[in-house]
Amino acid sequence: MRESTLLRVDDLALHYQTRRGVVRAVDGVSFELRRNEALVVLGESGCGKSSLAKLLMRVLPRNIHHTGGRVTLGETELGTLSDERFRREVQWSRMAMVMQASMNALNPVVKVGQQVAEPLRVLRGWSRARALARAAEVFTLVGISTDFMTRYPFELSGGMRQRAVLAMALVAEPELVILDEPTSALDVLTQASIMNALKRVKRELGTSFILITHDVATSSELADRVALMYAGQLVEVADAGDFFNEPAHPYSRMLMASVPRLRQRQRPEAIPGQPPSLFDPPGGCRFAERCPHRFARCARDPESIRIGERRRVSCWLFGDDRRDHGGRTEGGGT
Amino acid sequence: MIGVRWREHWEELRRYPSALVGMAIIAVLVGLSLYTVIAIPYSEALDKWRGGEPWQLHPVNAGSLWADRLVGGRQPSTLVIDSDAAEVEEAPFEGGRRLRMSLAFDYDYEGFPSEINLFLRAEGHEQRPFARLLWQAPDGRELMLGGYRIGRDHRISLSQDRALERRLGGLVPHIGLLAEPDADAGAQPQVQPGRYTLMLDAVVFDEQAGIDAELVLYGRVHGIAGTDHQRRELSLALMWGTPVALAFGLLAAVGTTITTLIIAAVGVWYRGWVDATIQRLTEVNMILPLLPILVMVGTLYSTSIWLMLGVVVVLGIFSAGIKMYRAMLLPIREAPYIEAAQAYGAGNLRIVMRYMIPRILPVLIPTFVTLIPTFVFLEASLAVLGLGDPVLPTWGKVLNDAQSQSALYNGYYYWVVSPAVLLMLTGLGFAMLGFALDRVFNPRLRSL
Amino acid sequence: MTTIQDPSLATGRASPSLLSVSDLHTWFELRQWGFLRVGAVHAVDGVTFELAHGEAVAFVGESGCGKSSLARTLLGLHRPTQGEVRFDGRSLDELDARELKAYRAKVGYVQQDPYGALPPFLDVRRILAEPLIIHGVKDREEREQRIRAVLEEVRLSPPDEYLGKFPHMLSGGQQQRVVIARALILAPAMIIADEPVSMLDASVRVEILNLLRGIQAKRELTLAFITHDLSTVRHFAERIFVMYAGRVVESAPVDDLLDHPQHPYTQALLAAIADPDATNASRQREVPAGEPPSLLHPPAACRFHPRCPHFMAGLCDAEDPPDFEPRRHHLSACWLHR
Repeated sequence: MRESTLLRVDDLALHYQTRRGVVRAVDGVSFELRRNEALVVLGESGCGKSSLAKLLMRVLPRNIHHTGGRVTLGETELGTLSDERFRREVQWSRMAMVMQASMNALNPVVKVGQQVAEPLRVLRGWSRARALARAAEVFTLVGISTDFMTRYPFELSGGMRQRAVLAMALVAEPELVILDEPTSALDVLTQASIMNALKRVKRELGTSFILITHDVATSSELADRVALMYAGQLVEVADAGDFFNEPAHPYSRMLMASVPRLRQRQRPEAIPGQPPSLFDPPGGCRFAERCPHRFARCARDPESIRIGERRRVSCWLFGDDRRDHGGRTEGGGT
Repeated sequence: MIGVRWREHWEELRRYPSALVGMAIIAVLVGLSLYTVIAIPYSEALDKWRGGEPWQLHPVNAGSLWADRLVGGRQPSTLVIDSDAAEVEEAPFEGGRRLRMSLAFDYDYEGFPSEINLFLRAEGHEQRPFARLLWQAPDGRELMLGGYRIGRDHRISLSQDRALERRLGGLVPHIGLLAEPDADAGAQPQVQPGRYTLMLDAVVFDEQAGIDAELVLYGRVHGIAGTDHQRRELSLALMWGTPVALAFGLLAAVGTTITTLIIAAVGVWYRGWVDATIQRLTEVNMILPLLPILVMVGTLYSTSIWLMLGVVVVLGIFSAGIKMYRAMLLPIREAPYIEAAQAYGAGNLRIVMRYMIPRILPVLIPTFVTLIPTFVFLEASLAVLGLGDPVLPTWGKVLNDAQSQSALYNGYYYWVVSPAVLLMLTGLGFAMLGFALDRVFNPRLRSL
Repeated sequence: MTTIQDPSLATGRASPSLLSVSDLHTWFELRQWGFLRVGAVHAVDGVTFELAHGEAVAFVGESGCGKSSLARTLLGLHRPTQGEVRFDGRSLDELDARELKAYRAKVGYVQQDPYGALPPFLDVRRILAEPLIIHGVKDREEREQRIRAVLEEVRLSPPDEYLGKFPHMLSGGQQQRVVIARALILAPAMIIADEPVSMLDASVRVEILNLLRGIQAKRELTLAFITHDLSTVRHFAERIFVMYAGRVVESAPVDDLLDHPQHPYTQALLAAIADPDATNASRQREVPAGEPPSLLHPPAACRFHPRCPHFMAGLCDAEDPPDFEPRRHHLSACWLHR
């Protein structure tokens, strides 16, 4: 059961219509998530990672131009559900989301405990007392004293509020929790302790996570798998160990080299150039313009090439005919 | 330098049809204003609007010509038959001459004229000439209208001739003279179409001097916009009302917006007692009723439009706008770029004028545009209340006259409709542009 | 044991100090109904240090530790409640309006949010001209020349491509370069950079930090770099000051501090920071219990004592710890070094 697939995402696309044209925020994204696994979707701002999360949770703005692809959660194909059924049967109970800056989105005039218990009362029709008792358990799990349940959001620190929002996502014991930049506005120590709480939840409740972040160091705190996103596409999906120790895609390698490290004396190196505009992304490999290993084939859209058991890289350097020309070793030299 | 930004906004604005329509309306109004100011100079307009002499040949309370023709009507417009163009027979006799003029005209309208006057001028005579008038209808009937001793500048109001009215069977002369005879009593009189002649048989006691005669059949329709009770062309007031309304609206909007904005920004920047004082003044000012104060100033002091403008601006300085601008400026005060400006040595005045105010200008432009017509309406309301400028022709004054002459009761709709339409067009034009600007400058309002 | 590799450090210490701060307090009074004093936020609460000419230092601490208030006090944007800031031997308190303006030309300021730091309604040329106009550079030609030179220096070249652009047309990294250019254009002696890269993407951060450090070295500027992120400081500062609840708890040359942290708070902070590594996911991190203290009612004596694993009752909560020097040039305000 542990190794079974929980979430399957095939060729997901989300294009927005704006006055300036179509923004291809998510453009052909596929991945799988197993039960009790944490997948980190890593990417720089504007790469489409938050759009991906919103698309999965169906919290979308109105200016949709096009959506496509299939999302399967367990046995359920989510695309076939009406919005109403999705809300009743999937949201909160099977799949919950902690949105970016949602700690500031708590209702300021309702006590925190009530807010955390709310999904149970609405979805399962539990009594107030029963829902609050369950909420108290989750409070303890995420590391807030139950004393705080009777407080109002403004009486809590940022870290506490973030834990409360996390508790709210967990209270109906969903199989999957999507976290969008859950710690980016918090201090180092608070960040570390929230990551500790997430690890504990994953261990004790067996929850699966999709963690969306731009912060490589934080991502390594939870990741079993890493999906690196660039300009609306996944360029590499790999096990965390493989990704952090030996990133394959040129962008992965350059990104890892740009991360300042506390415990190493090696100087971090910047990635020259800028990501392409999502209004009219270039044909072929979208990283080609910044890539030191660019060659003729990069003008064609890269296929997702499988390396080893659990790793996929969208880069022609790993194409069969290229590998003979030493493309990989050449790339590994940086 | 800001060109690029503005060009972007312009490109964006062009996509809103409402903005284009609004701009077209405003352009028409501005064009009309410019034309008016050039074609009818200010002093001339004021002179004419005073009334009297220049309007002698205009009918009273006539509707607009084109509106009548548009609905297929054939109401008469004013006919002027001048003796210069008429046949004159001259027969000298001892000590004078006998002049016979036939003032002939074709009458082919549906309705009767509104009034008939005969203007006679006999200049340079030692002894006043004498004239007898004979009316000839198309069917050959003849009617003696009586004899007159003619002064230097003589007006014979045929319409006011009670005796003639009795002879015409109780019909006022301007109807009776042109009506089909033998109509049943009580039936509506009908126009008898055809050629009419007024024979003027005069005896002049002078060798040289002659007589000028002008027969005027005042119409029931006149010009673009008709005339009022003082025979004045409404088009003059409607045309001159445009630059006055636009100038008043624009100046009042500029005056109140700029002062309010600066005061709000100063309060936000200095905080403390400065801000508190401004806030208290605003709160007091907000409960002062604007219109009654204007009525009071107008009644006790003067109703000059420029004084009113001054009062509107002065009362507008501490208006509710301060609260709105303050709310917009408070977060800007804390913006990092303001802090940066302080750190590189920008002074207080510079921060207020160069860094805080320009930041909210884009948000203000739409509000500003929609504010203009409210002042146009205010000026019109004052005029309707009888507090319009005493000398300037304005839309509000036209409405005021119409009201005091019970225009709607008397069926003179055009008198009320045309200034009202212009006011509404002004409101519509600025509102359409303003709302479109709002969407351009405040993208959050934009629905996609 | 000491690992001072950078020779400039020794010279830095020997040269006369540019900025000296002694017993600085910046408190913000809280008043009810505008006049009733109900307390004060002790944002900066007794800070003393000296910065030498051409030295690059980092102030590190969590949000609410007072590091930004310290920056603003150094910039003369807040008046100190107590203590003084001396720049080039003159106390900021003594300066009259004209001298204060001259001081502002000597200290550049780089802020956290590059987009917010630039007036959105001005283009790059105008943004960079502003400080020059304010400081009396009347000649248009000269302004244009200086603007172009400074754009080249922050590697926005060719300048023509950027001069007419508005902030929203630039990427975050380019915006921050404009902010840096603005801080440099008056040829300051010192730059204060408050979290200059925390709002930027990882790949751009390094670029901006390299740029700042490069300019600092070339122009021999004093650079005070304020950050919450210890992992970025190693390559971009020579000395680190660790702040906690309005005070500096530890200061040392960068490598010495990162490799041999002395104060329990610094140790906790370092332990909480992850370097990307797949094994992180299976480890719980040591995090001291509790939350950073409220600056309205900071704990008595050592500010860290309620969260400290080495808390000594009767000492840590009774008496302010002085600065001890457990290693050479390495100061730590903790009773453990007694």
